[in-house]
Amino acid sequence: MAKMTLAELKALRDDKKKEINRRDTDAHDVTIIVGMGTCGIAAGAKDAMSALIDAIKEHDLNNVTIKQTGCMGLCHSEPTVDIKAPGMPATIYGKVDAEIAREIIVKHVIGKELISKYVLDRPASDIMKEQN
Amino acid sequence: MAVKNFILVCGGTACESSKGDEIFKALLKSAQKHGVQDDVQIIKTGCFGFCEKGPIVKVLPEEAFYVEVTPEDGEEIIAETIVKGRLVDRLVYKDAEKSKSNSEKIKFYQKQYRVVLRNCGLINPEDIEEYIARDGYLALEKCLTGELTPEDVINHLKISGLRGRGGAGFPTWLKWNFSKNVAADQKYVVCNADEGDPGAYMDRSTCEGDPHSIIEAMAIAGYTCGANQGFIYIRAEYPLAIERLNIAIEQAKDAGLLGKNILGSNFDFDLEIRLGAGAFVCGEETALLASIEGKRGMPIPKPPFPAVKGLWGKPSIINNVETFANIPVILTKGGEWYKSIGTEGSPGTKVFALTGQIENSGLVEVPMGTTLRDIVFDIGGGIKGGRKFKAVQTGGPSGGVITEQFLDTPIDFDTLTSIGSMMGSGGMIVMSEDDCIVDVTKFYLEFCVEESCGKCSPCRIGTKKMHEILEKITSGKGEMSDIQKLKDIGKAMKTASLCGLGQTAANPVLSTLKYFEEEYLEHIQDGKCRAGKCKDLMQYKIIEEKCIGCTVCARKCPVNCIVGERKTPHFINQDKCVKCGACYEACKFDAITIS
Repeated sequence: MAKMTLAELKALRDDKKKEINRRDTDAHDVTIIVGMGTCGIAAGAKDAMSALIDAIKEHDLNNVTIKQTGCMGLCHSEPTVDIKAPGMPATIYGKVDAEIAREIIVKHVIGKELISKYVLDRPASDIMKEQN
Repeated sequence: MAVKNFILVCGGTACESSKGDEIFKALLKSAQKHGVQDDVQIIKTGCFGFCEKGPIVKVLPEEAFYVEVTPEDGEEIIAETIVKGRLVDRLVYKDAEKSKSNSEKIKFYQKQYRVVLRNCGLINPEDIEEYIARDGYLALEKCLTGELTPEDVINHLKISGLRGRGGAGFPTWLKWNFSKNVAADQKYVVCNADEGDPGAYMDRSTCEGDPHSIIEAMAIAGYTCGANQGFIYIRAEYPLAIERLNIAIEQAKDAGLLGKNILGSNFDFDLEIRLGAGAFVCGEETALLASIEGKRGMPIPKPPFPAVKGLWGKPSIINNVETFANIPVILTKGGEWYKSIGTEGSPGTKVFALTGQIENSGLVEVPMGTTLRDIVFDIGGGIKGGRKFKAVQTGGPSGGVITEQFLDTPIDFDTLTSIGSMMGSGGMIVMSEDDCIVDVTKFYLEFCVEESCGKCSPCRIGTKKMHEILEKITSGKGEMSDIQKLKDIGKAMKTASLCGLGQTAANPVLSTLKYFEEEYLEHIQDGKCRAGKCKDLMQYKIIEEKCIGCTVCARKCPVNCIVGERKTPHFINQDKCVKCGACYEACKFDAITIS
């Protein structure tokens, strides 16, 4: 990134905000966020991440954005995967290993079905929403 | 066919015992009966507390939130909510003021309030643009456009009432103001990320999850006080946090948010990382500064305070990670806004790392003044395995225990001090009836013996002597005079030690002696450890009447100290027993007891 001026910083901020809004409201895009703090990685988040990426490739999905984030505070259930998909409630899966990660792609993203046993109730996004 | 509704049934252990499983089956059965089994997916979820109202059933996407559901309610939920799309009114959660259910408005969900952790778990910490999109660098921008002068910054901090989150709770604005008002050719800004309390990892998570918030706050500190160089002192044991901070610093430099002439404003600020070797005493600010200077990390007497005479003798603002992380938000939303959260004497929020015997260990951020009961039972989901609550240890090796009688005390800096503990950096270790208070206290003393830098004798000798006495008590050789000795040494250390480490190292002992003296006495007088943790005080015994002579225990015993003929009661040779507990675990007839 080139060095910015004040005006450019402002423009970038507005741009990015719009982009996030678009991503949130767009009915096509799936966003998957993997918790990759020390706690998540220690619990196997890297395996979950690569399994997700592999499964996305394997099923030739081009509407899925996958990204990492820090600790969500749910250390007892790491690795955690936060997923927003059209037509599905925003969901957090806990204790996600490679196998569950593949299931998330097949069942949740493609099949539009929640995966029992690994859903954590009370998505962190619920808490965020009301404050921002 | 696409599924139209999702029903989430709480499957946490607490709800499991209050029939989560049966509700699940009842819902499934009713769904089949009404022929809607393909329209609705019923699943069991993990749970995050609120168990006092459990079991909870949630219907999505309607967000119907049902509490205290019984298996008999399953039919009605399916028939009404799924088939007819109506709420089952009598099951809907009713807040004191709200009559309609809406999970976003339920108080329970508001018990957490994220200021410091606002971006953690939401943004990609390795992408500066995501931070910027969440109003990142807006506060710095306000400073550099002149919208906020250095005086304005100090004023906002003063109004906000922000107190240092490292433990002592010193007003941040005062610190900054001292430094600002000293004339010097060079000033510094230092971030204390040398988090060392056992069980505390709030700062690590903040550095890992939102590194730019710290960089921004440090640049603002530099702008306010006239410093152009900052250091982040972080322990080398935090490799991921260091990596993310490094990436963030690089990105900020590339974007012109750090370095020379920031955003074309003629303000320069540079930032470097200094790694600590994980010595606990280096969390003490003067020791930390010595360590940055390349000297051995040992504290020096204060005053002069670092804000006046710090790094290389120059005025230095030194704040903790969490303190810094609060600052950009305070400046974008205003001091008044911050002041409105928390309590009168301690505004804002506090991040706690919940660990120990708790169902949902993790990071929680709550407004100051939240009660321990809310944190442990509502947010934390209660004690692991439904055991009985004993105490919570806060403040690490400098703090003390909070007992059951204080569960409803609002937590802030001052209340914790008044009940003999302290806020500390925010580690909260939950203990249950299975923990021995003397044993836990011994652990903290062991830590202090290791970490005492050795410069002053009250701390160096005091921690060692106290540890020896605790060792004696836990091995059953304690004497009644030991209690008084512990109190005397503790008092001496408090008064005479050079720095915070020694002055507070006796706190765990003094605080547990105050609230759990009877447990100490039990160890000394009765040679008994009620939690069964102090091995020297335990004896495994075989109950003759219950033993059928199956020989399983004898075969499991690693030191072959169990004797007896097949089909006749066995005996444990106490002289040889190493108290490993293998026999106790192995016996299928409950014939072995611990006494």
